[in-house]
Amino acid sequence: MTVIATESLSKRFPRVTALDRLSVDVGPGVTGLVGANGAGKSTLIKILLGLSPATEGRAEVLGLDVATKGGDIRERVGYMPEHDCLPPDVSATEFVVHMARMSGLPPAAARERTADTLRHVGLYEERYRPIGGYSTGMKQRVKLAQALVHDPQLVFLDEPTNGLDPVGRDEMLGLIRRIHTDFGISVLVTSHLLGELERTCDHVVVIDGGKLLRSSSTTDFTQTTTTLAIEVTDTDDHPDGTRAVREVLHARGIDTHDGSGLPGAGHILLLTADGEETYDLVRDIVADLGLGLVRMEQRRHHISEVFKDADDARDEERKEAVGHGG
Amino acid sequence: MAVEQSPARTGEQTRIHNIGYRNYDGPRLGRAYARRSLYSQSLRGAYGLGRSVKSKVLPMLLFVVMCVPAAIMVAVAVATKAKDLPVDYTQYAIFLQAVIGLYVASQAPQSVSRDLRFKTVPLYFSRPIETADYVRAKYASLASAMFILTAAPLVVLYVGALLAKLDFADQTKGFAQGLLSVALLSLLFAGIGLVISAVTPRRGFGIAAVIATLTISYGAVSTVQAIAFDQNSTDAIAWLGLFSPITLIDGVQTAFLGATSSFPGEVGPSSGEGVVYLLVVLGLIAGCYGLLMRRYRKVGL
Ligand SMILES: Nc1ncnc2c1ncn2[C@@H]1O[C@H](COP(=O)(O)OP(=O)(O)O)[C@@H](O)[C@H]1O
Ligand SMILES: [Mg+2]
Repeated sequence: MTVIATESLSKRFPRVTALDRLSVDVGPGVTGLVGANGAGKSTLIKILLGLSPATEGRAEVLGLDVATKGGDIRERVGYMPEHDCLPPDVSATEFVVHMARMSGLPPAAARERTADTLRHVGLYEERYRPIGGYSTGMKQRVKLAQALVHDPQLVFLDEPTNGLDPVGRDEMLGLIRRIHTDFGISVLVTSHLLGELERTCDHVVVIDGGKLLRSSSTTDFTQTTTTLAIEVTDTDDHPDGTRAVREVLHARGIDTHDGSGLPGAGHILLLTADGEETYDLVRDIVADLGLGLVRMEQRRHHISEVFKDADDARDEERKEAVGHGG
Repeated sequence: MAVEQSPARTGEQTRIHNIGYRNYDGPRLGRAYARRSLYSQSLRGAYGLGRSVKSKVLPMLLFVVMCVPAAIMVAVAVATKAKDLPVDYTQYAIFLQAVIGLYVASQAPQSVSRDLRFKTVPLYFSRPIETADYVRAKYASLASAMFILTAAPLVVLYVGALLAKLDFADQTKGFAQGLLSVALLSLLFAGIGLVISAVTPRRGFGIAAVIATLTISYGAVSTVQAIAFDQNSTDAIAWLGLFSPITLIDGVQTAFLGATSSFPGEVGPSSGEGVVYLLVVLGLIAGCYGLLMRRYRKVGL
């Protein structure tokens, strides 16, 4: 079953191509849409909601064509925008009831579901107070509640962790997971932080400059593996210490990536750690070569690095383009 | 007995402890219902209902100010057994135009600027409704709120007139003409107020701009009309009225609704000229609607 399908979907603005022949299929579950700022994530959501016409290509949401069935789609999906969207002078309850009615729920059902939904997102007594006095975390919950109140089949969450502190972020991610496991609602959630979503999502789609970088299931590696980043010193024997380590690792059949595009690229080696053995192995190799180990750290949070390989070149290109733009 | 009690208790317990997610499989009433909901929410909001106590003060106060003179007139008419009301139904809104202006200046921005300022508009458009639904609901709700404001005192006058046993047919006709006139006025003023307010997310600017538009246009028109009257160019007086909202309404009701013109020397437009007035009013209403549609198509998400 496909929840979202796009086929060579493009969106061109006068000065930028926001989406570039994007073809992707998304199934039920929690799907992360990851990409740097300006990658085209919000643009894709607007097209999927049937609010902004694609320049080229086609897209379907829940089997409905976005070009012709926008209204039907919007009745079945929920949307949490990335920006603030809450009036400060009304209470969460009043606001969510109103948005429920805007989704077509009769008054009594709107009130009942508002109470339920606010409770599910973790808002209790405070829901009767004006939203203006809420913390960022509470506001994000209200935004989430209005997207869920009409019990959609699918929700689009645009950067829901934006502006949250680490604790708030973990709570939000936990909530997002529950939207699927407990509520049975499929989720498309975006983030510009590469890797933040890997534990939450069943599937991650990475886009960059409007192009698809990779679309794959996260279960493959997140359960068993983490990415290890290593940085070593150079010595007279080994003027390029990084390279020396890489060669030994390759000889032992362990793949590495060079983390290009990231700070310190070229001096950092990334490899997939299968467990404690990998740490020991790296430590031994570095010691055997007589190099100093500057760092060896877990990088669970850089899913992109696991993905990159083949796309390094393309990424490099884009980075340059961005550099010129800024 | 015990057998009967236990299922009841279990039911209660599950109700209390069941905090699991429930799916909704009730009716989804769709776009027209959503539009009506937005209409009624906005209409209530125009009188501060469902909003803070503070936001109720001004609209309620203005409503009272609109009705009190009518109540006094009626009381006097009943007490003195007068032969007629001291004011025509059609004149009432013209007399109290400042109150009406203040109302639209305060409520038009509250209706639309807030949604723009707090970026709630994209949330509306992420639901089944479309631009036209939003614009119609907002336009209709403010026009209705203004109709309530302007028609309520007419109802007071009419009821009073009947209590004072004034001529029924006469009063009913006057009342109906008054209602038609304020309906037109409500549509025109709501449109102008909304178009101006929808330009800016800043409520204060909206209020100032609406007041300025209404008072400057009326001030300019009545000044030039007074000059024209001094110079006996009565033709010009009638045409000048086309350039401010309240004189437009005055012109239409003078030509078609049996009103006495409030122009200097009571020189209102003839029925021929009145057609132009009516066309301008309808054109402005349609124009305001068109501008609002254009504005909100751009806002999108
Ligand atoms: N309405 C618009 N007009 C012109 N350019 C736009 C518009 N919306 C987005 N863009 C551009 O499209 C690109 C993708 O934007 P967006 O989808 O918002 O990225 P993301 O959500 O991934 O940060 C950006 O370069 C952005 O400047
Ligand atoms: Mg975005």
